[in-house]
Amino acid sequence: MKYLDEFSDPDLARALLDQIHEATTGQWALMEVCGGQTHSIIRHGIDQLLPDGIEMIHGPGCPVCVTPLAVIDKALEIARRPEVIFCSFGDMLRVPGSRDDLFTIKSQGGDVRVVYSPLDALRIAQDEPEREVVFFGIGFETTAPANAMAVHQARRLGVGNFSLLVSHVLVPPAIEAIMESPSCRVQGFLAAGHVCSVMGTSEYPPLAQRYQVPIVVTGFEPLDLLEGIRRTVVQLEEGRHEVENAYPRAVPAEGNPAAKAMLEDVFEVTDRTWRGIGEIPRSGWRLSPRYADFDAERRFSVEGIDTAESAICRSGEVLQGLIKPPQCEAFGRECTPRNPLGATMVSSEGACAAYYAYRRLDLVEAG
Amino acid sequence: MCLAVPGRVTEVYEESGTTMASVDFGGVGKKVCLAYLPDIEVGEYVIVHVGFAIQRLDEESAKETLATFERMGILTEELAGPEEQVARAAQEAGR
Ligand code: SF4
Repeated sequence: MKYLDEFSDPDLARALLDQIHEATTGQWALMEVCGGQTHSIIRHGIDQLLPDGIEMIHGPGCPVCVTPLAVIDKALEIARRPEVIFCSFGDMLRVPGSRDDLFTIKSQGGDVRVVYSPLDALRIAQDEPEREVVFFGIGFETTAPANAMAVHQARRLGVGNFSLLVSHVLVPPAIEAIMESPSCRVQGFLAAGHVCSVMGTSEYPPLAQRYQVPIVVTGFEPLDLLEGIRRTVVQLEEGRHEVENAYPRAVPAEGNPAAKAMLEDVFEVTDRTWRGIGEIPRSGWRLSPRYADFDAERRFSVEGIDTAESAICRSGEVLQGLIKPPQCEAFGRECTPRNPLGATMVSSEGACAAYYAYRRLDLVEAG
Repeated sequence: MCLAVPGRVTEVYEESGTTMASVDFGGVGKKVCLAYLPDIEVGEYVIVHVGFAIQRLDEESAKETLATFERMGILTEELAGPEEQVARAAQEAGR
């Protein structure tokens, strides 16, 4: 129990773990959807504190990891143009495209800038009206309201030199795709808390019903995760499959109505390819026709991109929970955070990077 | 970037027709858009993601979460400024 003293309340952690151990009689495979949860689970060794009967499968909830290669390549092509200021969250800098990454383009003189918020990119566009400012709008439902607002403001304020390269992905269709896959082993889900802070919980009861899986809305702090796991296991043991909210302090059932209204105005649902997984129908957002003028793909007509994924990277299997990162031959050898072959090694929320940061030494010790 | 961090609203103001706030995250101040939670008042806690308040949070939970993040080193990572993030990428790339 080497990690327990790192919990904010070790006694509560102990009590929750005891309850999980007591409740568990069967073999259960649970998936945490959010990359922040994956990071926290590996970092605190939560998977190692659980009963042997419980396996944590790491889901595809790291937006950086699942942004499709074609979109990364489009970003690189746009960022190379001399008239463009390409703005992005810092996590995207080192995500490998087919040939290079945004960081390489920046070091070769491209104007690539890291911003904290999409509104910062909008401000740059207002300050430098003679340049084209493009913001890389990636993320799940948590991030989409921010990007929606940037576009909405650009239109309202008449900022014509701002556009968005959009690659938003949605959690519920991903859960559906995972459950539909013939190799699916997942029996219960920890749903991503902050996604539900925006969207609320109403999308999940139909999924829990259709696939007969418990779905427990869970935060990503260590104690939240234990509570989410506990509730999921209790449901499985009792043969129930309901939606529960184990993160009510940040998730009202209705989510954030103002953000949802803005999302509805700015975006529309579209099919989306997930890196490493493939196309999932109706699993993303693109700009709605009202905002088409602000679509960077149109403005820069980046077509005819051929992509080339690393031949040895198995991040697709990692993202679907079919293998754990150390089962990839390249893990820690050809592939490290310094020289990532796949996106799951770049982002600290990617499963490969989390295992590399916190488990590599255990693996070496274990021989 | 996929995390959301709680902070305390210290100032609310209008900027080009949008409600904005100054938010304090355990000593680090940031400018945050309040458009999605327009009725927040100074002194309340909100959960902030990429410069947007997405939900309110009670003070006790907010403080606990901030303490946990601090201990996990998440706070410095999530609140790092652009230069620090670029420097980190450069270091990781070994350049
Ligand atoms: S360790 Fe590297 S090469 Fe292997 S699956 Fe992960 S990202 Fe891909």
